[in-house]
Order: sequence, then structure tokens, then C-alpha cells
Amino acid sequence: METLMIILSGVLVTVATYLILSRNAVRIILGTALLTHASHILLMTMGGFGGTNVPITGENGADYVDALPQALILTSIVISFGVTAFFLVLSYRTYKELGSDDMYILRGRRNE
Amino acid sequence: MRINDVILQSVTKVVVFIIFTLAIYLFVSGHNNPGGGFVSGLILASAFCLLFLAYDTETIRKGIPIDFKVIAASGAFIVVACGLGSVLFGEAFLYQTFTTYTLPLFGETEFATVTIFETGVALAVVGVVVTIILSISEDV
Amino acid sequence: MNNMIVFPMILPVLTAIFLVFIRKHILIQRWISVIVMLANVGLSIVILLHVQTEGIMRLDFGGWEPPFGILFVADSFSMLLVVTTNIVTVVCLLYAMFSVGKEFEYMFFYSFVLFLIGGVNASFLTGDLFNLFVSFEVMLLASYALIAFGGKKIQLKKSIPYIAINVVSSWIFLVAIAYVYGTLGTLNLAHLSQIIAEEGQTPILTVISILFLIVFSLKSGLLLYQWLPASYSAPPTAIAALFGALLTKVGIYAMFRIFTLLFYHEPQITHMLIGVLAGLTLISGSIGAIASNDIRYIVSYNVIIAVGFILVGLAIGTNTAIEGSIYYIIHDMIVKALLFLIAGTMISLSGSPKMNRMSGLIRNYPILGWLFFIVMLALAGIPPLSGFIGKVLLGKGAIEAGSYVLLALSFISALFVLYSLLRIFMDCFWGETMLSAEDEPPLRKGILFPLIVLGVLTFALGLAPESIATFVIDGAETLVNPSIYIDAIFDQ
Repeated sequence: METLMIILSGVLVTVATYLILSRNAVRIILGTALLTHASHILLMTMGGFGGTNVPITGENGADYVDALPQALILTSIVISFGVTAFFLVLSYRTYKELGSDDMYILRGRRNE
Repeated sequence: MRINDVILQSVTKVVVFIIFTLAIYLFVSGHNNPGGGFVSGLILASAFCLLFLAYDTETIRKGIPIDFKVIAASGAFIVVACGLGSVLFGEAFLYQTFTTYTLPLFGETEFATVTIFETGVALAVVGVVVTIILSISEDV
Repeated sequence: MNNMIVFPMILPVLTAIFLVFIRKHILIQRWISVIVMLANVGLSIVILLHVQTEGIMRLDFGGWEPPFGILFVADSFSMLLVVTTNIVTVVCLLYAMFSVGKEFEYMFFYSFVLFLIGGVNASFLTGDLFNLFVSFEVMLLASYALIAFGGKKIQLKKSIPYIAINVVSSWIFLVAIAYVYGTLGTLNLAHLSQIIAEEGQTPILTVISILFLIVFSLKSGLLLYQWLPASYSAPPTAIAALFGALLTKVGIYAMFRIFTLLFYHEPQITHMLIGVLAGLTLISGSIGAIASNDIRYIVSYNVIIAVGFILVGLAIGTNTAIEGSIYYIIHDMIVKALLFLIAGTMISLSGSPKMNRMSGLIRNYPILGWLFFIVMLALAGIPPLSGFIGKVLLGKGAIEAGSYVLLALSFISALFVLYSLLRIFMDCFWGETMLSAEDEPPLRKGILFPLIVLGVLTFALGLAPESIATFVIDGAETLVNPSIYIDAIFDQ
């Protein structure tokens, strides 16, 4: 299970790297979103897959899963949701304002 | 271009209430089971999205005349105020507590301060998500 | 129970939320934000004094004792930075009141600034790794909004790379946190420090520490600064000043914390690497500062030189050197804010950021000119000003430790700072006045006042460094001896 998850995380990072290195703004945003998801999977794997029950004290005995990675992932999902949403709005504004979402056209110090 | 979306609109009228109910159910059950403020906030937001899709933005704005930025802010305010509330009682910041009362219809019911916190989370999520969606869709 | 130390973070956040409700009343928004930040200055000074008598303070959120819960920790180093942050923010807010337009203020300008400050203060105060990540993200989200504020073409262009690079560095941060949790099973800084000290810093931990080094280098602009000059030159002056004064310092603070509290067992690898990076930063920052013709870029490269200089202290790692670094961080926050504000004022007065389009400003704006002169001397480290004491202590530390290369680099870089700013001074303030006194736009008193406040502060800090000496010595002491920090977390 661990190996599988690590490989999955690696594949996601590969895809995300490819997307971020492209010139299109929307692809870059998708890449950043995928990148954070890869790290979420990594976080979950790092917490281990022990335990079979929900981590509520008093029920189901001692065999509960580690709740911390899940809490971390939830927080991180919220943050990445916020960042991705803002990034999308911003690149949309940029597209409307500058008429392009091509990083090659947007780079440099022209029309400042 | 006018699309005749009678089916979508009629279905929406019914489904929106089902989604609202689901959101409230998840919110209430979130105390000791999977669920909670964040999830129910997202589901509420999805109901609003469906409304915005089925009808146009102006109609919904007229029907529900609330500024979602203010909703988000009040949600965040409740979250922070709930955290600070425990400071007033001399406990650590963000300290939560609960108590049980016997209500006439429900029997023994648990009341927890964390419910206030979760209400804030739900409101903040609804406000933020709808604001983002509206800000993208408004000037198309 | 020390609920007091959550307020430097929660007051700005609460006010920011409150300001959303009174969006239409700009005048009230302005004064509420300034008053709250002033209150925050007072409060953080009280906490700083409290730390001196009571020792390091900690607050367990929700009553969850360490290492299980999340917590805030206030020691002298972090509180000094919080105090300085709040002072700089008050001044920048005063400047913003008179310089940013109504349409900006209407779009929740003050809310975003206060969120940014909440994030910065939280990063200084947090006592666990994941909370550090969250505070960074709060700060960065506010900064994304502020950098694109107003939506001018150049801002939109510069903000896309800024966000992308920060998302990538946050990803590395998250990966590093995952590895730490996987190896050691905790994220509480004190607990981590304890475990690493007991079980030894294994090679895998050293690799993880280098991941952290990459993250904080990206955030603070240590060698990986290529995004910095372009992004910091895009936003309006008051925002650029906040960024230049505060954002890189948060990365520097995190680096100090991580590499003195957790990964201090293998200095021949990690600290040497920091030293090499700091040296390279000093060299390339100096080249950048003298190469540009655009005032905003010169000023941004000066930020990078300062980052290199401060981290030389961490690389050396002796008590004296770290004291010097702390002095220099405080000095740099104040003076960089002043430098950015003056540069922005010059640009708005002359209408162009290029040096060859300005000339003879000192004839019409003498106070501005002399303030710039003071900043220049302070950054170069001339005695009666605030940069001096930091440089002396850092130099002393470097000589004690025998790192003469870093010593030479950091003092040669001061010459480059002086040269790059002297170039601005001579080109823009001296020479023929391009316009007559009537044609030049008048400099309003409201804009000049914040600049003078900062100018007085740098004088005060330079003339009476012993006023903060006890705090600095205590801060350096805690950084050099991690056991003080650990004991404070686990004693109760």
C-alpha cells in the first residue's frame, strides 16, 4: 500500500511539473493544484496506514488511525483551495486585461 | 441565445431543498460522526451554484438579496469570537466545552460550544465559495 | 495560561474581519486600523517585558498540552520581531492613508493589510511546524491579494510568477513536514528538538533539513531571490514597503528557528551551506544593485543584500554573531520600510522610476533628500545610526569564529550598498532641477510625517542600542541554547 501511494504521489508530481513548465496560465494553475494534492497523498502515507477505527476516544478500543495527518491534509486542502481559486480569478483578470494567457507574452518588462 | 431549461429549473426548485436538508443533516451529525461545518458549507455552496446555473445571476440576486462577502466575514467573525470567548472565561484560547440538557422532545441532548465554531466555519465557506464563483462569472 | 500572547495575531485578524462590515466608511476604517495597530504595539511591548521577568511564555490552544496540541510561544527574539513588525505597520498604514486612492481603500485594502500582519505575527509566535506553514499561507494569501491590488497591467503580470513560485515553495514545505512527521512522529518544535538531540541527527534528518533550507531560501530570498525584485517593484508604495520590510524577515526568522533549535548538530553541513548561500547572495545582490537603472529594482536588490548579511550571522552561529543578526534584522525592518517609502515617494513626485528622468529633487524637497541621506548612511553602517551596532557585533563574531571570507564579503557588500544608493542620491537629488518650484507637485505633510517617524527611529536605535540590548542578549541566548526553549515548553 505504501509503495503504491508513493508511486501515485510521484506520478502526480511528474504531471504537475510538466504542467507548471508549460506556457499556458491555466495549465500552470492546474499544475499547482495537482502538486499540492501529491503532497497530501505523501502526508497520508507518512502517517502510516495502521488502525482500523475512527479516532474517537472511548469507542472501538485502541486500534484507531492516526488522526493528525488527516487534520493536516484537511487544513492544507482548504488553503490550496483558496490559493487555486484566487489564482484562477487573477489569471482570468490578467487575460481580460492583457489579452493573453501565454507566459511568453506576459514575461519581461514590456508595456510597463 | 435563449435556452429553454424548464426541466433544469423545475428540478432545481425541488433539489435545492434536498441539498439544503443534506447540508443541515451533515452539519448536525458532524459532532460525533463524519460531517461538520466545512462539508456542509461546501454543500450549501453547491446548492447556490445550482441556483445560479439554473436561473440567471440577477434573478437569484433579487430573490436572495445578501452580500456573500458579508456572510463570509460574519462566519470568520464567529470563528474568531468563539475562540476568544473562552479567554473571557479564563480558559485557553480556542478552549471548547460541552454540557447535556434534557429537552422535552429530544430527550437527553448534548450542547457543545464547538457547534458555534462550526457554524462560523460553514458560513465562511459558503460566503467564500459563492463570492469566488460570482466574481468569475459576473463579467462574462 | 498566557492568553495574552495570542492577541498580536488575533487583534489584526479580528479587526480585518470587522472592517469588511463597514466597507463604506473609509475614514472609520483608516483610524480603526491605525488605532488597533497602535494598541498592538503597546500590547506586544508589554508581552516583551513580561517575557523578561517570567521567562518564555507559551499558550496551548484549547488547553491541549504539548506535544499533543498546537501552541504559541513568545520568547525575546520573536517578540522583538513582533514589536518591530507592528511599529512598521503603523507607519506604513499612516503613509497608505495619504497615498493610496479611495478606490483601493474601498476594496478592503486595510483588511488585507491587517490579515497580512496577522499572518506575519503568527509566524513569529508559533511553536509548531504545521502552524508555521498555516501562518505562512495566511500571510501569503494576503500578499497575493495585495500584490495584485488595483489590477494595473504590470501588477497582474508580476503576480502570476509570484504566486506560482510561492505555491511551489509551499509544496516543498509540505513535503518536508510530511517527511519530518514520518521520521519522528511529531511536529512540535520543542519536542522535535528533544528527539533529535536524544537520537542524533541522522543523515535522513540532515537531508530533510536541507529541504527546509530550500523552502526558507525561496521565501526569504537567500540566493533563490530571482522572483523578488520584479514582484516587489510592482505594487503601490505602501504595500511594497510592507513587503520589503516584513515578508523576507519571516523566512529569515523561520530559518533561525529551525537551524538553531532543530538541526544544529551537523553545522559542518547545514551551516556551511547557509554560509555559502549567504556569500553568493551578497555577491549577486551587490551586482544586481549596481546594475539597474530603475530605483525600484535597486531598492529591491538592497533587500537581498540584507538577507545575505543577516544569514551570515546564522552561518557563523556564535552568540555574538547571532546578537548582531538580531540587531540587524530590527534595524533592517525599520530602514527598509523607510527606503521603500522614500523611493515610492520619489517615483510619485517625478512620475518615472528611471534614475535618468529625475534630477535636483533636493532643491524642492529638502527633507526628503536628507532622509534619503540618513537611510543611506544607516544601511552602510555609519556609527550614530542603527546599522552600526549590528555590523560591529556580526564582524566581531566572524573574527572570533575565524570566518574571514564571510566577513570580507559582508563588509564589501556594504560598500556596494553605499555605492548603489549614492548613485540614486547624486543622480536624483543633486544636479539641475528639471522643473521650477511652482511646477513640481507639492509634498504633503501627511506623506512626510511617517517618513520622519521612521527616520527618528533609526536615529534612536543607533544612539541608544542598549535600550534593547537586554532583549537581544536574551534572544540570542535562547537561540544558542535550545534547552532553555525546550524546558519552557515542557516544565509545567
